[in-house]
Amino acid sequence: MKGLTVLSLLLWLCAAYFVGIYLFVGGFLLVRLEVNRTSACGDVLQPGAESADFCQGPPRFRRVVVLIIDALKIDFARFDPTKTSPRPYENKLPVLEETVSARPAQSRLYPFRADPPTTTMQRIKGFTTGSLPTFVDVGNNFASSAILEDNLIHQLGQMGKRVVFMGDDTWENLFPKKFYRSLPFPSFNVKDLHTVDNGILQHLYTTMVGDDWDVLVAHFLGVDHCGHRFGPDHPAMADKLTQMDGVIRSVRRNPKQTEAAGSVMERLQDDTLLVVMGDHGMTDTGDHGGESQKETDAALFLYSPSAIFPGPPTEDEPDVVPQTDLVPTLALLLGIPIPFSSVGQVLLPLFPPQEQNQGAVRRLSQLEALWINTKQVHRFLQTYSSLSSDIPPESLSELKLLFSRLSSDYLGSVGAGLPPSPHLSSSLQAYLTSVRDTCRATWARFNPAKMAAGLAVLTFACLACFVMSELSAVLTEEKRLGLKAPVAAAITIGVIAAAAVQLVARGYVEAVWCLAAGAFASEALFLWRAWRLNRPAVLKNGAKVSKLSARRLLAPSLAVPLLRCASLLSDSYVIYEGRVVTFLLLSLALYVPVRLNWDGHLVPLTPDPLKSAGLLPSPALTLAAVRKESGSLIGCLGGLVLCACVSLSFHGCREEQGGCTPSPFLSPLSRLQDSQLKNLYYILSVVSLGVSAYLLRLWLCHYGNLNSSGGTAFAARWVLPLLCVCAGLHWAVSATREDGFRKLAELIRVAQLALPRAAFALLGLGLCLIWADPLTVFLKTRAAASARSPALPPRYRASTGISPQAELRHLIPQIYQHMRRSLEDGETGGGGEEDGRPAVEAYGLGTVYSAPLLLLCGLLGVGLLLLHPEGMALAFLLLLLEMAALLHIHAAAANLRSVAWTPVVLWSLAASQFFHSTGHLPTFPSIQWGAAFVGFPDGHSGTVLPACLVTLNTFASHILFAVGCPLLLFWPLVREVRGSRGVKGHGEEGEDAVMEMRLREKPQQFSAALLQLSTRYLFILGAQVFSSVCAAAILRRHLMVWKVFAPKLLFEASGFVVSCCFLLIGVTLVLRVDVAVGRWFKRLIPDASR
Amino acid sequence: MWDHEIKAMASSHSIIAASVFMATVLPAVLVPGFSVYGTHLLWLYSVSAAVAAVSVSVFWLLGISPPTKKHTLGYKLSRLFRSCLYFFLSCLFFHTVVILYGAPLIESALETFSLAVLLTSLTTLRCLCVLGPNVQAWIRVFSRHGAMSVWDTCLQITVAFTLIGAWLGAFPIPLDWDRPWQVWPVSCSLGAMIGYLAGLVVAPAWIHYHRKQLTYKCKTAATIVANLPSRFHEVHKIASRTFKTSLSFHMNGLKGRQALNPFYPPQLCKDKQ
Repeated sequence: MKGLTVLSLLLWLCAAYFVGIYLFVGGFLLVRLEVNRTSACGDVLQPGAESADFCQGPPRFRRVVVLIIDALKIDFARFDPTKTSPRPYENKLPVLEETVSARPAQSRLYPFRADPPTTTMQRIKGFTTGSLPTFVDVGNNFASSAILEDNLIHQLGQMGKRVVFMGDDTWENLFPKKFYRSLPFPSFNVKDLHTVDNGILQHLYTTMVGDDWDVLVAHFLGVDHCGHRFGPDHPAMADKLTQMDGVIRSVRRNPKQTEAAGSVMERLQDDTLLVVMGDHGMTDTGDHGGESQKETDAALFLYSPSAIFPGPPTEDEPDVVPQTDLVPTLALLLGIPIPFSSVGQVLLPLFPPQEQNQGAVRRLSQLEALWINTKQVHRFLQTYSSLSSDIPPESLSELKLLFSRLSSDYLGSVGAGLPPSPHLSSSLQAYLTSVRDTCRATWARFNPAKMAAGLAVLTFACLACFVMSELSAVLTEEKRLGLKAPVAAAITIGVIAAAAVQLVARGYVEAVWCLAAGAFASEALFLWRAWRLNRPAVLKNGAKVSKLSARRLLAPSLAVPLLRCASLLSDSYVIYEGRVVTFLLLSLALYVPVRLNWDGHLVPLTPDPLKSAGLLPSPALTLAAVRKESGSLIGCLGGLVLCACVSLSFHGCREEQGGCTPSPFLSPLSRLQDSQLKNLYYILSVVSLGVSAYLLRLWLCHYGNLNSSGGTAFAARWVLPLLCVCAGLHWAVSATREDGFRKLAELIRVAQLALPRAAFALLGLGLCLIWADPLTVFLKTRAAASARSPALPPRYRASTGISPQAELRHLIPQIYQHMRRSLEDGETGGGGEEDGRPAVEAYGLGTVYSAPLLLLCGLLGVGLLLLHPEGMALAFLLLLLEMAALLHIHAAAANLRSVAWTPVVLWSLAASQFFHSTGHLPTFPSIQWGAAFVGFPDGHSGTVLPACLVTLNTFASHILFAVGCPLLLFWPLVREVRGSRGVKGHGEEGEDAVMEMRLREKPQQFSAALLQLSTRYLFILGAQVFSSVCAAAILRRHLMVWKVFAPKLLFEASGFVVSCCFLLIGVTLVLRVDVAVGRWFKRLIPDASR
Repeated sequence: MWDHEIKAMASSHSIIAASVFMATVLPAVLVPGFSVYGTHLLWLYSVSAAVAAVSVSVFWLLGISPPTKKHTLGYKLSRLFRSCLYFFLSCLFFHTVVILYGAPLIESALETFSLAVLLTSLTTLRCLCVLGPNVQAWIRVFSRHGAMSVWDTCLQITVAFTLIGAWLGAFPIPLDWDRPWQVWPVSCSLGAMIGYLAGLVVAPAWIHYHRKQLTYKCKTAATIVANLPSRFHEVHKIASRTFKTSLSFHMNGLKGRQALNPFYPPQLCKDKQ
């Protein structure tokens, strides 16, 4: 048995996959650290040394009205009167252009460039914090979506300004309880164009007339929804834009005032600023989310009744205003501190070139505003770089140098009272621009090179995995095709790449690229060698290497995974993934008997001269055996189908699924009010837990694995039941109401702490025991005479707690014929052995490999169940049953005829199915955070432990199915005895059941089969990851990318990593058992030189 | 000999296909407000009934069904009764399978059962016609070497196509396109119907192209074939007559498109114009 070869091959494969995933995710997901510090009035940095309170002076504007029109593209806002036949979205907002041309000193229209990702939530975050939000903003509170970074709304609240909000209810989630008054409207239904807008319009004017607001934010969604539903080129868009035109007009001219003998059109007071803006643009199909200019360029319109601009637009005004710039501009105009993590730059035209005081209203000059802004940005940069090392150090030091030079310049000129040079202002601007560019390069851009490299590495990894599974026999035999060469190649190429970049570019080398180069090189080398190895193999015997033809791809066992992978490319299928997977699972499972029947293996032959011609029974099995196997196959199929159908009722609900109620079993018992229902659920959970444990024990007992005195048997006999008791008690304790038992409050508190921890300790103990002593063989010597008379029933002395009768019924003595023969050889050969062990009965030898594996599954299952809500016990019972049904189907089908890919595909589909059926969904809100507090009710100090617990909870079904994967190899052998026992009732010596000892007889085939099984499982999981990676790469501009595809990618990738780890653990355990069995034989038969 | 059988098969299949067409078009003329999507169940039952009636009569005319040993009336009656029982049981079986595949359990039970009836009349009924009420023979037919005549091979192909069509029909249901044919069970029954029609076309063609490879070790086929030429002309006549009628209907339909277009309810057509 070449355990090490198998393990190292698997490890290499996993490593290659991990590098690919890491590369892609690194290029696709932009991660940024949130800085949880806020600016305050005191620390807003005034020019020079004066430390006046910034917020005291009256600001330039007392009030501001912000109208956000979602997806207001700049093309919508432009007006071109020369166009004779405008498209539906053109020339529909004439008010903007009219105002700009009529009152150039009071208004401006700019293109307003957003940063990707151009989705509404990220954009709201962007233009309130002034930062560049990414998909994953690592904050310390990732369970809620509220913005914790310093932002405009927070600063306004600090200053006592009354912020009134109406519109898109996303704001309400982002800024809970921050508004003076808020009127949120549901934003979810994209088909609904009018609810939000009409809701706003009902309240907007009445609010504006009133006097109880300082900042008014109104977020219209109609244009965006219209784009998603009809696209921009549709009459509905024209209607919507015309409506918006009317809104802007009537906001600008208040209806009340125009009715009054209208000299002044504008109702807005002089100290009020009107901002009309789009948060992002849209593509020609009306989607957004990506980084094309059509999606990023929105419109920004500024207007004030009093003059704010020196005159008509001049040459040196910016062509395009980045979205982040709004934040410092608004902050300084309203007299509040700039939010701490803003990287924006003040919009200079809004500030007068020279300092001027108009009565009480102090206006910052351009240079002052720039200086305040620069100091704030510098402070943020310093804080951020001390917290994280995202930003490349070279550019950081460069920026620092630039800042110190600028600050000495500025302070020098101000201190001397000299008029500042015009050069200074432009260099300050250059500094701010370069800071923003640095930040943007770090946070706000997909990295296509990395994404492509990740895809390439993943593709080759999948290919290598497939080749390995096809060539597993050759790989375990061949000495030539070791792993040494690919690994060596990986290291050399990686180092060479690093050195080359260092030498040539003298640049900053990311470790990722070296990894990528190494992984790619090793994969390529492996494939090349496999190809060369393959050719002589094909020449030798063509049947050995199966060819991948179109016909084979259409076979359901491969077509189903193909369909599954294809389904990951559509958002609808991802949303209904739980049902899709169940559908595919059932289809493939029902295909098994159909296929068997097609090949004529399912139905036993009846002696019919008409039919007998073409039908040949498999030679090993007789009629009765075939009939029995078919019966058990159909029975198990029924069980599987039932399990799958019942498991559908444990699903949770995504928000996209309309009319769906989450399973009642998902809420923890402590939330149930009805005590009777609570008791019922509790009893149901405990009973299903008990049944699972009992079934496991029954199995072990049946195959005689419980008799030995080793560690594993101890774990099965004591640790597993104790673990179940702990779990049951823990549920009982956590389900009690707090006020229920006042006297016992202390006890309950202690129990809540101690019981799960005790369970974890027991779990650890069980795992250690299994690892330390995995053998479950009970050895019994008997007289040499009786060894030769096989008809004698095995005698047995009770050593366990079960009654002897039960043991006689359940225990099947496994007499290992081969071993006995060699014993006899030893007897005749060496005389020393005669007195000691003449003949041996070994109980439980037939299932020596699967018993510890099954026990490991059981222990892990109970441990993972502890992290779930109590009701999930039923789902776990179903999982166990479905696992058993799958194994039985596989065994029956394999006894009838071997089916290669189907069981593995079924196994992986079942893993995905139970991911959903244990109440999980591939979305962030559905993560069961409660798992982090099992056994730690008071919270944690670190982040590693809770992250581990939540991961274990989330991927429970992946873990169980990955650990149990090698069982697929053993089960047909375990079940073999039953099939043949009924027939060969006479029990000849030569026909003794050998079961898993067959593997021991052919170590070469054993390792090849183990490698093949694990690589096939890895291949199917890897193909799923690959297709969700493709989905994320291809559909990165899709409307649903941040809602559906990116979370799906993350969940799929982490599930894959977890599955890999636990598959390796399972394989390692099998190898460990193999080593132990080898030692056991050596001890038993010192002569045998195996 | 072979060619006769294949021709007979093609003719009978075209009769069946024509009956499907008529069953779609006729109600559109007779029933006001009929449409495949709008009044789906009506369409479903009319098609099922047409296919059932036509295939029973065609196969009876051809005399495909296995030779019965006894010719007593009681035996025939018991066969008829068993056939009806099997038909009903197969409806229940399909209903259960469809529910296990994820159809709603209680909500639209009638729709699900109607789909089961359609599937039964497309698949089980053919089995009943070709093999008689004999489950063992049914199971035997669906194996690699189980086909004993051209008609058995044809049965394999049509049944497989129908079931695969119904299975594929479930695929568009979760998509968010909001089309009228995505409503349960429209896509599945359409899929089954299209699969069945495809099977009707493919089966004779496939058998024709593989007639060299196909060998049947069976004597019953010979007896059937012996009867064939006499019955053959009848079938041909019927086929040509049906074609003429359906063609004339089609022409009429082109004239009065609004009334006859089975795929849109009339008011929808009006909207379009």
